[in-house]
Amino acid sequence: MKKASLTCLMAMAAIAPLTLTACGGGSSQAAANEKVDSLTVLDYYNNEPDKTHIQGALDKCAAQLGVTLKRETVPGKDLIQKVLQRSSSRTLPDVLMLDNPDVQEIAATGGLAPLNDFGVDTSGFAQGMLEAATYEGKVYGLAPTANTLGLFYNKEMLAAAGIQPPKTWDELKAAAEKLTTGDRYGLAFSAIATYEGSWQFLPFMWTNGGEETDLKSPKVAEALSFIDGLVSSGSASKSVVNWSQADVRDQFAAGKAAMMINGPWQIPSLAKTPNIKWEAVQVPVNAQGLTPVAPLGGEVWTVPQTGNKAKQAKSAELVECISSDENQLALAKERFTVPTKTALAGEYVKAVPEMAAFAEQVANAQSRTGKLGKEWPKTATVMYTAIQLALTDQASPQEAFTKAEAK
Amino acid sequence: MTTSRAPGDLSPASAGTAEREGRRRGFRRERLVQALFLAPAALFLLLFFGYPVAKNVVMSLQEYTTRTFFTGEAPWVGLANYATAVGSSLFGPAMLNTALFTLGSIAGQFVIGLALASFFKRRFPLSGFLRSMLLLPWLLPLIVSSATWRSILDQDSGILNAFLRNLGVIQEPVPWLTSPSVALLAVVLVNIWVGIPFNVTLIYGGLQEIPEELYEAGAVDGATGWKAFWHITWPNLRPVVSVVLVLGVVYTLKVLDIILGLTNGGPANATQTLAVRSYQESFVNFQFGVGAAFSNILILISLVFAVVYLRMNRRAVDE
Repeated sequence: MKKASLTCLMAMAAIAPLTLTACGGGSSQAAANEKVDSLTVLDYYNNEPDKTHIQGALDKCAAQLGVTLKRETVPGKDLIQKVLQRSSSRTLPDVLMLDNPDVQEIAATGGLAPLNDFGVDTSGFAQGMLEAATYEGKVYGLAPTANTLGLFYNKEMLAAAGIQPPKTWDELKAAAEKLTTGDRYGLAFSAIATYEGSWQFLPFMWTNGGEETDLKSPKVAEALSFIDGLVSSGSASKSVVNWSQADVRDQFAAGKAAMMINGPWQIPSLAKTPNIKWEAVQVPVNAQGLTPVAPLGGEVWTVPQTGNKAKQAKSAELVECISSDENQLALAKERFTVPTKTALAGEYVKAVPEMAAFAEQVANAQSRTGKLGKEWPKTATVMYTAIQLALTDQASPQEAFTKAEAK
Repeated sequence: MTTSRAPGDLSPASAGTAEREGRRRGFRRERLVQALFLAPAALFLLLFFGYPVAKNVVMSLQEYTTRTFFTGEAPWVGLANYATAVGSSLFGPAMLNTALFTLGSIAGQFVIGLALASFFKRRFPLSGFLRSMLLLPWLLPLIVSSATWRSILDQDSGILNAFLRNLGVIQEPVPWLTSPSVALLAVVLVNIWVGIPFNVTLIYGGLQEIPEELYEAGAVDGATGWKAFWHITWPNLRPVVSVVLVLGVVYTLKVLDIILGLTNGGPANATQTLAVRSYQESFVNFQFGVGAAFSNILILISLVFAVVYLRMNRRAVDE
C-alpha cells in the first residue's frame, strides 16, 4: 500500500496537472448511498463495426439504468497493460471488459469484485464461460456472447472436387490433400508463436482426449502429429508458423486456401469478398462419433474494486443488463457471436442459420483457464513453442512438448 | 552541481580583501545562475530517465506480478530473477542471437550507408531528391515497415521470392520467415534496411566536412579513386565512423518492434533476443521481475558501449 502511494505521489509530481484527482479512491467509500449518475467503461472494441455494436448495447442499458456512460476503448493488445497501470494508480473504470482467459489473472490481483456481492444471477450461462470467469469459487464477470473455432470451407472448391465437408481427421487429411493444387493449399490455420497459435491447436488436442494439464501425454503428441503431417505433406503451407488468424482469413478470402480453421468474428470481413462462397462446420474429430471440443472465446464484463460501493452496485446492474436475453440475441446477431445462455441457442440459430455449427460448438466448448487458471499463460507458451518446434522440424511431435518445456 | 561552498580562490595574494570578497560573491552568483539553468534539465533527466532506470533495478530484485499493481506488495527476492533469466535455456540462444543480430545489422547498415554516402557526395541531377527519398525508411513507423516486409518475405506469395525466381537466382522459394535457419538473417536484412538512412545521413555529413583541397592536393600526388578513399576520406572520416558505429550498436541492441512484427521471436525461438525475452517475460507471461532482469542485462551491455562513446567524444573535444 505504502509503495503504491509513493509511486503515485512521484507520478503526480511528474504530471501534476493531469492527476490531481487520480490518487483518491479511498475517500468516496462513505458515500455509499449517493445517487449514481455516471459510470466509466473500459473495453477493447476499438474497431468498427464492433465498436458501434457494443456502444448500442451500452447505450440501451445506460438509458434503462438512468446513468450516462464515459467509455474508453483501447487496442486489444494494450488492454492488460492499461488495466495494470490503472490498478496501481487506483483509477480503474467502474465497468471493465476483459478477454475471458485474462479474468482469473486479474481477479487474482484482488482488483475485481465478485458478482454475488451484488446479487447478480449467473444461472443459465454456458458452463465454459462461467468457469473462465470464476476464481476461487466466485464468479467475477458475465459475457453476453461467446465465440469459438470451426472449419470454414469454400463451397465451390469442395463441390468442384466432389468432396463432402470433412467430419473426421482422416476425411480432413484426404480433403486437404485433394484440394491442394498449384498455388492453393487445402487447409490454412494459425500456428504462430503467440497465444493465437495455442488457441488454434486446442480443438485438435481436446477432441483427441488430450489435456492442458498433461502436455506430455501421447494423445497430445498425436494431435500435434496430425497437424505436423498436414504441413509436411504440403496440404498446408509451411508459413502457418508465421500466420495470425487474420492472415489465415486473408489466405482463405484470396482463394489461396480451400478450408481454414477460424472463428466467426471473421465473418464480417469475409462478407467483403462475396465471390468466396463459404460455409462452416465443427472442427473435425479424430474418430467418428466423438464430440468436437473447441476453446471458448469471448469477452467478460467485470466490476473492478473502485471503493465506491454505490457505483459498483450500479456497475453490476449494467453488467447484468448487457448480458440480458434481449441484448445477448441482439449482439450475437450483429457480431456473429453466440449467446452465452444456452437456452437461447435455438432461437438464435433460427435467425442466423450460418452460425449453426458455431452455436453447437459453443455448447460443448471449454475455457482455456478452467483447469489452469493463472497458469494458462505459461502453458500456452509451452504449447506454441512445441507446435513451432514440430512444424519447423526442430523436434518430433513426440518430443516437442518436452523440449518446449525446457525453454 | 549545486554546491554552495565558494570555489577555490585563484586571485593573487597581493589583492585587497574587499576586492577578493566582491569577486567571490560575483563568482558565487554566477554559479547559482548556472545551476538554475541546469536545474530543469537535471530534473527532467532524473524524473524521466533516472527514476525508470532505478525503478527497473528495484523491480528486478522483487517478485513483481500482476498482483503487485493492485496491492503494491512486491516481496524482495534478491537475485532470484537474474538466476531465472540467466538459467533459462533460452538465455544462451538469446545472447547469441542478440550478438548476431547487432553485428550483422551494423555491418550491413554501415557498409551500405558508406557506399551510398560516397555516391551522393558527387553532384548529379536529382541527387538531392534521391537523398531525401532514402530517408523514407526512417520516417515510416516500424510497425508499418515490419508488416510490409512480412508480406514481401512471405514464402508462397511474397514478392521477393517471386522476383528472385524470375531472375533465375532461386528454384525453390526461400522460407524467409518460416525456417529457423533463415529467419534471423531475414530479420537482420530488414533491420539493415531500416538503419541505412541513419548511417547515410551521418556519414554524408562527415564527408561534407572533409576539405576539397585535400583531394586536389592528393590528385596532384596521384591519389585518385580508391587511393583517395583510403588515404584521404577514411582517415578524415574516422571520428564520424566511430560515433556512427557506437550509436548504431546501442540502437540495435534494443530493437524490438521489428522482430515482434516479423516473427514474434519465432519460428521455434529462432529470433529470440534479449529485448524480445524482456518483452515476453513482462507483458506476455506477466513476470515483471524476470523481464526487468533481462532488460537490466541489456542496459548493462549498452552501457559498455555508451562509456566507449563518451570517452571517444571527450577525446574529440580535447583535440
